[in-house]
This record gives sequence, C-alpha cells and structure tokens, in this order.
Amino acid sequence: MEFLQPATWEEALEARAASRDAVPIAGGTDVMVGINFGRLRPALLLDLTRVPELQQWGTDDGAVRLGAGVPYARVITELGDRLPGLAMAARTIGSPQIRNRGTVGGNLATASPAGDAHPALLAAGAEVEVASVRGTRRIPVADFYRGVKRSALADDELVAAVRIPPRTGPQQYSKIGTRNAMVIAVAAFGLALHPDRRAVGTGIGSAAPTPRRAPAAEEFLAGELDGLWESRAELPPATAARFGELVAGAAAPIDDVRGTARYRVHALSVMARRTLTWAWADYRKGDPACA
Amino acid sequence: MAEVELRVNGTSSRVQLDPRVSLLDALRERLRLTGTKKGCDQGACGACTVLVDGERILACLALAVQYGGREITTVEGLGRPGRLHPLQEAFIRFDGFQCGFCTSGQICSAVGMLAEHRAGVPSVVTPRLAATATPLSEAEIRERMSGNLCRCGAYDGIVDAIQHVAGVDDRAATAEPAADR
Repeated sequence: MEFLQPATWEEALEARAASRDAVPIAGGTDVMVGINFGRLRPALLLDLTRVPELQQWGTDDGAVRLGAGVPYARVITELGDRLPGLAMAARTIGSPQIRNRGTVGGNLATASPAGDAHPALLAAGAEVEVASVRGTRRIPVADFYRGVKRSALADDELVAAVRIPPRTGPQQYSKIGTRNAMVIAVAAFGLALHPDRRAVGTGIGSAAPTPRRAPAAEEFLAGELDGLWESRAELPPATAARFGELVAGAAAPIDDVRGTARYRVHALSVMARRTLTWAWADYRKGDPACA
Repeated sequence: MAEVELRVNGTSSRVQLDPRVSLLDALRERLRLTGTKKGCDQGACGACTVLVDGERILACLALAVQYGGREITTVEGLGRPGRLHPLQEAFIRFDGFQCGFCTSGQICSAVGMLAEHRAGVPSVVTPRLAATATPLSEAEIRERMSGNLCRCGAYDGIVDAIQHVAGVDDRAATAEPAADR
C-alpha cells in the first residue's frame, strides 16, 4: 500500500486524478475505523492534513468559506457567532478528541445519512466547493447527497471547502442519541431562520437514505411567519406543532439497530417543534448570538 | 513500507512501518510505550488518548505516518515514578481508577481538557452566552471528559481528581495578584 502526503493543493489534486481509487484521509475519524477492522484496504492513502489551504477559513462573496480540513473544534471556537447552527451541531459530534480531528470536509466526503454536520449545512443553505485538475465547481449541499454514503463527488475530485452564508437570524440544532457523547444520531434536525429573505431553512439527519430538507415545512412556516417577522409576536403553538408534523412527513426512515422508523418520525416532529420554539423566542428577544 | 520520524516525549525515533499502522500500534508495538492502551480501536472509548502539540487526540484514529515531526506526549511523558504529574497524584489520592486500564487515556485527556478550558473553549453544557471564563463545574468536567469511558465506574473519583487539580491551578493563578495587594 502507498501513502502520499501532498504539501500543496495542486499536488493533492494531481494525486487524486492519478489514482481514482485512492482513499483521502484528513482527521481519520471515519477512515481509520475501516482500516483498523480490515474493512478498508486502500491501494493508496492520500493524507490531506499537510495541505495549508484546507486548514483555513475566510469570508468570500458574503459567505464563510470553510476549508475542508478545519476541525470541528475550530468551528466551535472560531465560528460560533457566524455559523451558530453548524457550531451547535459540531458540539454534539463524537467526543472532544474526535472534534479536535474530525472535519466538515470529511463529513461531506463520507456523505453518511447520519453525518452530524449535514442538517445544519442544509438549513443554512450551504454550497460544497469541489475541485479536480479539471477545475472547481460549487454544488448546493441539497444536491450533494446522492444516496447512502454516496455524493456528487466525481472520482477525481476532492472536497475543497464548504461555503456557508453567515446567520441572519436564529439557528438551532437538535440530535437524539442514547447518550451525549460518541453516538451516531438516531435522528437529527437543523433549523435556520432567515429574516433577511423571509425564509426558513431545514435539515433532517439519520431519517432518510440521505440528509434532506423538509421543503413543505419550510414553505408552510415562511407563510405563517408573514407579518410575524415585523411584529415579533408570539408564535401560535398550533403553528409549531404543524411545522413538526410537516418535518416528520418529509422523512423516510428505516428500522435499524439505533431506532425504529416510527420513533424517528416522532422524534423529528418533537425536535422540529422545539427548535422552532427556541429559535422564535430568540428572534422575539432581538436574537442575541445563539451559540 | 514508509518511514516516519516520531517525536514522542521529547525523543525522536525513525520508524519503518506499513502506512496503515495506527499511531496507537506504532507507540505500543514499535516504540514499546505500552502506557497508552487499546480499548475499542474505533474511537469510542478514549483509552488511547495522547497529546499532539498539546491537543488531545485518539491514537487509534490516527495514522502514524500522518504524525511525523509532531510533538507527541503519552502518559509516560507526563510524569515518572517519584515525580508524578499533579493529575497522576490526584487520581491516586481521589481513587480515580480501579483496574487502571482507562487511566492513562483519562489523564492525557484531562491534561488536554484543562488546556482547552483555560483557552476558553466552550462545551455543550456551557451557558450559551458565556462561551468563555466559565468555572469548571462538575457538569462541565463530566461533559468535557465524555470521550473517556471507565468500565469500573470510577467517574466520581475522576471528577474529584480533575476538580482538585483545576482548583489548585485556579488558586495558583489568583494567588499572585492577591499577594501584590
């Protein structure tokens, strides 16, 4: 087996193009489990941790451009004010040791329906920036997930960054698991209120073959909030309950070792109702920084 | 085969290994530093926690070849018999272990955790608007140490040991200005 440790992004893309079955590795929190248990025997391991561009974030064109190799710990400490939903999701990931290494880029490339970052990225309306020797392209995150652990990433491409619009309103994230640390989500939900464009963003995790939005719930809530954005009046409980039902209706879960489909649907309706209640309360208070 | 320079506890060693070898296996099988334990080998138990450039990571989820030239600290580098690290002493004093298998991971994790807390890193139980300078309460310690399992259930002793060391640190930090006054 070969090991390559490119020092530049160009070298990394060339190595990716030259070896389509190479396995890229960054934080190692997913790839190493496969290697340790003999499930993954890559011909080439491509270590991306020495590529400086991937370890940086900045602002570009109004969005936060988060390099694929920035670990969750830095999302929490450095971006909690701009990306509260993603920072909240990051705080629930694995354990502190995992958060010091695991990356949003790795979460995207793995494309697990249970990946914790996905609901927050969907709710915020993120775009995935992927690159190859052929060039760079941006994919709306909702179009990035193509199936269980399958993504729109071509076999010569690497995730370069994810571009996330900074918050314009409250964001929330909720996740169900058997304990706080080191669980794979039974179900998760991300919510972003976008008062600037009078819109609502949602993201469902662990309750369909891919992470997905709940478009009917987004449309319903945006309609109900018409007028309330200005008045900041109380949200009728029936509205929050209906929002929860519509989010649950967008899921397509299965029964598995972590939970039943029925439980997941119920949990989603509760998480959607609660996160909306929290987010709206923040909005009414003038929306202080959430994370 | 690949060659990597591993800098562990201040000593550099050149090691030839298969690139698939984890940092954990390299430490234990190649450098014979067996203080770092292999519990689950899949990132769930924390027994293999080591420090890399002061940051706590799981050695089972790291490729040894990814860590060439980085400063790695294992439990062997924290203290030695007769001159224990304050956390090692506190774990003994407060019964922070029974069988001891998770202990080196707990102690390395606690060293990293205290540094994170000093740097103002919030946890999931930190109040939303107080991302910095929250005291290290029992709830904070339990959450911040949630990556380390103890099957003997010595958690109460572990929390007491860490709280003791954190308290000593806090007193040391506040003692100087008090003396100046």
